[in-house]
Amino acid sequence: MEARDIAASGPAGIPRRLEAPSPRYGEKAIYGLLALCAALSVVTTTAIVISLLGPAFGFFQEVSPGDFFLKSEWAPAQELFGVLPLVLGTLSVVLWGLVFAIPIGLGAAIYLSEYAQPRVRKVVKPVLEVLAGIPTVAIGFFGVSLVTPLLQDIWPGEFIGGPPGFFNAGAAALCVGLMIVPIISSISDDAMRSVPGGLREGAYALGASKMRVALRVVFPAALSGTVASTVLAFSRAVGETMIVILVAGNTPNLTLNPAEAIQAMTAYIGVTATGDIATGTIEYDTVFAVGALLFVITLVANLISIRLVRKYREVYE
Amino acid sequence: VSNEFEPRTERTRLAVAGARSATTAALNDRPRGEAVRSRIFQALIMLAVSIALIGLAALLIDAFVEGEGRLSLNLFTEPTSRDADGAGFRTAILGSLWLIAGVIVLVVPLGIGAALYLEEYANRERWWNRLIELNIQNLAGVPSIVYGILGLAFIVRGPLSLGFVIAAGSMTLALLVLPTVIIAAREAIRAVPPSIREGSMALGATQWQTIRHQVMPAAVPGILTGVILAISRAFGEAAPLLLLGAATFITADPNDPFSGDFTALPVLIFEEAKQAQPELRELAAAGIIVMLAVLLAMNSFAIWLRNRYEQKW
Repeated sequence: MEARDIAASGPAGIPRRLEAPSPRYGEKAIYGLLALCAALSVVTTTAIVISLLGPAFGFFQEVSPGDFFLKSEWAPAQELFGVLPLVLGTLSVVLWGLVFAIPIGLGAAIYLSEYAQPRVRKVVKPVLEVLAGIPTVAIGFFGVSLVTPLLQDIWPGEFIGGPPGFFNAGAAALCVGLMIVPIISSISDDAMRSVPGGLREGAYALGASKMRVALRVVFPAALSGTVASTVLAFSRAVGETMIVILVAGNTPNLTLNPAEAIQAMTAYIGVTATGDIATGTIEYDTVFAVGALLFVITLVANLISIRLVRKYREVYE
Repeated sequence: VSNEFEPRTERTRLAVAGARSATTAALNDRPRGEAVRSRIFQALIMLAVSIALIGLAALLIDAFVEGEGRLSLNLFTEPTSRDADGAGFRTAILGSLWLIAGVIVLVVPLGIGAALYLEEYANRERWWNRLIELNIQNLAGVPSIVYGILGLAFIVRGPLSLGFVIAAGSMTLALLVLPTVIIAAREAIRAVPPSIREGSMALGATQWQTIRHQVMPAAVPGILTGVILAISRAFGEAAPLLLLGAATFITADPNDPFSGDFTALPVLIFEEAKQAQPELRELAAAGIIVMLAVLLAMNSFAIWLRNRYEQKW
C-alpha cells in the first residue's frame, strides 16, 4: 500500500489524504533544473558528434574514404590524404608506451595490494597518483630535456635503426608510459584488493607461496579490472597531445620504429588548428576528420573499459 | 593469548621441540626453485615501483635543475617578451587565473546539480538515466584535444560565436573537467547515509529541504575536494587551448573574460619548450616549477580539506 492511500481522519471525521498542503511547484522546478544539469552531458556528447561529423562529412565528399583509410601518404598541402601515417604514429607511441607501462603498472599494483605494508602503501599510492596529475606539458618538457638525450646515449645498436634524433617516438612512448603507469596501477590495485581474502587464505592453506597466490589466484580473479585499466590507459595514451607534439615531432611517417620521428593524430590537430586556420578550406576539414577518427577510437576503448570495470564490481562488491 | 605450549619437564620440552622441527621441516619442504623464484618476483615488482617513483623524481629534479637559475619574482611581475632574459609569465598567469575563475563559476553549479540529480532523484530503471550515467563516464575519457575541436566549432565559431576569447576557453575547459566533478560529487553524496535523509523526511522536510540542509552540508568537503582536483587539471591543460586561440606573445594583461588576446601558463610553457634557444628552455623550466608549485598547493589543500572535514558515520 502506498503512503498516500492511508486515510487520516480530518477534523470533522472526513477521511483526508496524507498529502502536502501545497503542490510544491518549487520542488518541481528544482527537480527540472537539476535534471537539466545532468542532461548537459548528453548535450555535450551530441555537440561533439555534430561538430566532428559536419566538417568530416564535407571532407569525405572531397576525399574518398578509401583514399583516407588506405593511402599511406599524409601531406594535406599536396592534397595527399592517407591517414595511415598518423594512425601508425599514434600507435607507435601508444604500443611502446604500453610495453613500458604495463609491466611497471601491474608490478606496482601487485606490490601495493599484496606485498606492501599498510604504512608504505599509504604513502606510495598517493605519490604514484601525483604522476597522473602532472600537466602533460611538464612531462613533454622532461622528455625533450632528459629522456631523449638519455635515450640517444644508451641506444643499444644500429640493428633497429637509429640512434634516435631530436624527435623520436621512443622517448615520447617512455613519457606517455610514465603518464599512464598510475592509471594502470591504481585501477588494478583496486581490483586486486576487491578480491575476497578467503581466496587468498584458501590458497595459502594449500601451501601456496606468496608469489603463487599473487600470480595464480589474485591476478586472474582481478583480470577484468586489470584489462579495464589497460584499455583506459590505452585510451588516455591515444588522446595525449602535448607529449607527442613536443617529443615525437611532426613528421608523418609510416613506421613503428621507436627511433624515428613521427606525427601522431593529436599532434596533427594541435599543430594545424592553431586558431588562425580558415574555415571552409579542406585543411580545416582534415582536422575534423582526424578528430572524428580519434573520437571513435577512444569511444570504443572507453566503452570496453567501462563494461569491464562494471563486471569486476558486480562479481565482488 | 599465547598459543605457545609451556613444557613442564625436560622430556616434554625435547619432544615438543622435536615435533615442531619435524613439522616445520615438512611444511617448508618446498622445491628450492620456488623460494628463489619468489624472491626474484618480489624484487621485480619492487623494481617496478621504484622505476615509477624514480621517473617522477627525475621529472621534478630535471625541471628544477634546468629552471632554477631563472627563479625570481620577475617571473610573476614581467610579461612575456621576445627578449628571453627579461621575460616573465605575468600575462600567462593572469590569463590562467581568468580561465580558472570562469571554470569554477561554471563547473560548481553544473557539476553539483548533475550529481544531485543522479544520486537523489534519478530512477536507475529508466533508460535515459542510465544513458546519462554511461555518457558521463565516457566523456571523462574523451581526449582533451577533441574538447578543443568542440570549443572551436561550437563556442568560438558556430552557434555561440564568442570568438577567440577567454570565456570560450573557460567554457571548453569547464566541459572538459565537468565529468570529473560530477563523479567526485556523486561519491561524496553517496557517502551520506540514507538514514540521515529518512530522518529528515520523517520530520516533514521536503526532498529539497533534505538535500539542502542535511545532504549538502555533509557532502561539501568531498565535493570541494573533487572540484579542486578538477580545477588543477584544467589549470595544467594546454591542448584544447591551442585550438581556442591562446596566443603566445601577449604583453597586455587580460582584463575581462571577453578580452581577446590571451595566453595561459601551460600554453606559454609549451611554446617556450618548443624552441631550441637555451634561454627559452630555461624559462620554460622555470614556468613548470611555478605551475607545479601552484598545483602542489592546490592538491595539498584538497588533501587537508578531506582529512579535516571527513565525516565518519
